[in-house]
Amino acid sequence: MANYLVDIKDERLSFFTQAGEVKALNGVSIQLKEGEVLGIVGESGSGKSVTAYSLMGLTAHPGKLVGGSLDFNGHHINDMTEKEMRKIRGNEVSIIFQDPMTSLNPVYTIGNQIEEAIRLHTDKDKKQAHERARELLELVGINEPERRLKQYPHELSGGMRQRVMIAIALACEPKLLIADEPTTALDVTIQAQILELMMELKDKLGMAIIMITHDLGIVASTCEKIAVMYAGKIVEYGSTDQIFYEPKHEYTKGLLKSVPRLEVDEYERLVPIEGSPVDMLNPPKGCAFAPRCKSCMKICLREMPPVSNFEGDHYTQCWLVQKKELEGGMQQ
Amino acid sequence: MSEKLIQVENLKQYFPIGGFGKNKKYVKAVDDVSFYIEKGETLGLVGESGCGKTTTGRSLLRLYEPTGGKITFDNDVIFDSKEKIAVNMLPYRKKMQIVFQDPYASLDPRMTVGDIVGEAIDIHGLAASKKDRYDRIIEMLRRVGLNSEHANRYPHEFSGGQRQRVGIARALAVNPQFIVCDEPISALDVSIQAQVINMFEDLQAEFGLTYLFIAHDLSVVKHISNRIGVMYLGKMVELAESNELIKDSLHPYTKSLISAIPIADPKVARESKRIMLNGDVPSPLNPPSGCHFRTRCPYATEECAASTPKWQEVKKGHYVACHHVDKIN
Repeated sequence: MANYLVDIKDERLSFFTQAGEVKALNGVSIQLKEGEVLGIVGESGSGKSVTAYSLMGLTAHPGKLVGGSLDFNGHHINDMTEKEMRKIRGNEVSIIFQDPMTSLNPVYTIGNQIEEAIRLHTDKDKKQAHERARELLELVGINEPERRLKQYPHELSGGMRQRVMIAIALACEPKLLIADEPTTALDVTIQAQILELMMELKDKLGMAIIMITHDLGIVASTCEKIAVMYAGKIVEYGSTDQIFYEPKHEYTKGLLKSVPRLEVDEYERLVPIEGSPVDMLNPPKGCAFAPRCKSCMKICLREMPPVSNFEGDHYTQCWLVQKKELEGGMQQ
Repeated sequence: MSEKLIQVENLKQYFPIGGFGKNKKYVKAVDDVSFYIEKGETLGLVGESGCGKTTTGRSLLRLYEPTGGKITFDNDVIFDSKEKIAVNMLPYRKKMQIVFQDPYASLDPRMTVGDIVGEAIDIHGLAASKKDRYDRIIEMLRRVGLNSEHANRYPHEFSGGQRQRVGIARALAVNPQFIVCDEPISALDVSIQAQVINMFEDLQAEFGLTYLFIAHDLSVVKHISNRIGVMYLGKMVELAESNELIKDSLHPYTKSLISAIPIADPKVARESKRIMLNGDVPSPLNPPSGCHFRTRCPYATEECAASTPKWQEVKKGHYVACHHVDKIN
């Protein structure tokens, strides 16, 4: 069983706000092997970032883990103290944030910030750390690394800053890289560069990546496995091909139909998912997607559907799928 | 041949950024851009951040006073720098409207939704009585999928998608012929985007509206537009009918832009090859000489640095500005 790098089981996490308990994660399970790329897609507020952050022990107040277990690379995250957590953060697991403009410190040079990460986790001296920082900048494709090390974040463009963020994240060759919407703030041509760089580095360094995004195009071209999240639950999980070509959950199907396709010649009217995202303070009793679902049945509003498994590790939670299975079974 | 509703010739919009007298410096946000929009059609405008697409939309409505060029709306010249024509825009504001990008920032938080929509009606004196005003407001809200009880609420009580609907209702309140849609869906969640796109299409069909649809997402622009213009660093580099632009793009920038878009289909994505552009977009403060794209262009030659490529019609309705358009294709 120890061959999973990440093993999250039935994670439950709530934010205790003044308005009441917000169940941000409602029984999330994720398994990830070494070197795998997992995409987590979903709307804002569906819990994609919270899942990844909790793995790094970065749950912000008033959030609290209320159930489940998190294992990462032999560590049991649940019982770890902040001090122990600090040792693996930036060392075994790193994160790239969405906005490269605000995630670098404006008053320190690029070199300073990369060297800080290196010296914190290794016993390299100042000179060796500087050397390593230069190597890292080269690795992420930045020209004239010696000059860049002396520059401040405001002197670099958005794409460059994101490369610096990646360099810091990779400083200690982590086993797992969490990328939280790494290209949302960037232009498309720069986005293509950054994604290509991440995939190259993954092959070179053999790390696993959790890619958090709302862009189905990004997951299609980079990920092996996809988890579709809705209202704090993984509603469907499977390989990229399974999610795109054999979607089972109505939300996944809706999501795929609602984006315009560039490669399609004829005009097709979009099929939107009606209604608005769930109010997490008062989530529906049964399936959270039921109020927006076109094929909603009575039972959907009352009870949470059980898990249906398919080929490989493809699974979903939907009453409609359960019903179809039942009918199929009866015919046999 | 259908009628041209909007005609823009050599539009220039420079913003001063310091310096005095002769040393005064300018950012050429929009530099010599020409296009037209036919009645009832949607012209899409794409490009990366800072390329001048939003400025083009705003200058066109004279929300900024253009530095140069000529703008014609429905056969009336509303601005001409050579003839020194700059008409009073108030009567035209009734015909030309705009929907802004950020539905969180573009609605006054201290006004009710009813008043936001009603303000336009008041300014143009469209309502005969209080009741008429109220009826009009409710009708606008209905058109965008909201209802009468929403009129007394404040913007913070709405979700992003609903706020954008309010923004659209505000634009529609004066019965315009033409709407500039400035990235109207980029702040919205994926599942909500489709709702708003469909609404734009329905309203267009119902009222015969003409749109200038500005966005950075080429798939969305392609979906909604009849023709698409591509901008790079203040210049229009290519303009063609939507399908033609995607399939037979001629400008090297358009080609790389199209290939950089991640395709939401794993099999296609695996097979497709990307044309990678090197480097970043140069600063608009100090754009490269000649063709602005030459620093990132794989085909650039000395000629590209020496002279600015001409905006020419290479096929019927397909315009491009590139020295090497024949060689590349």
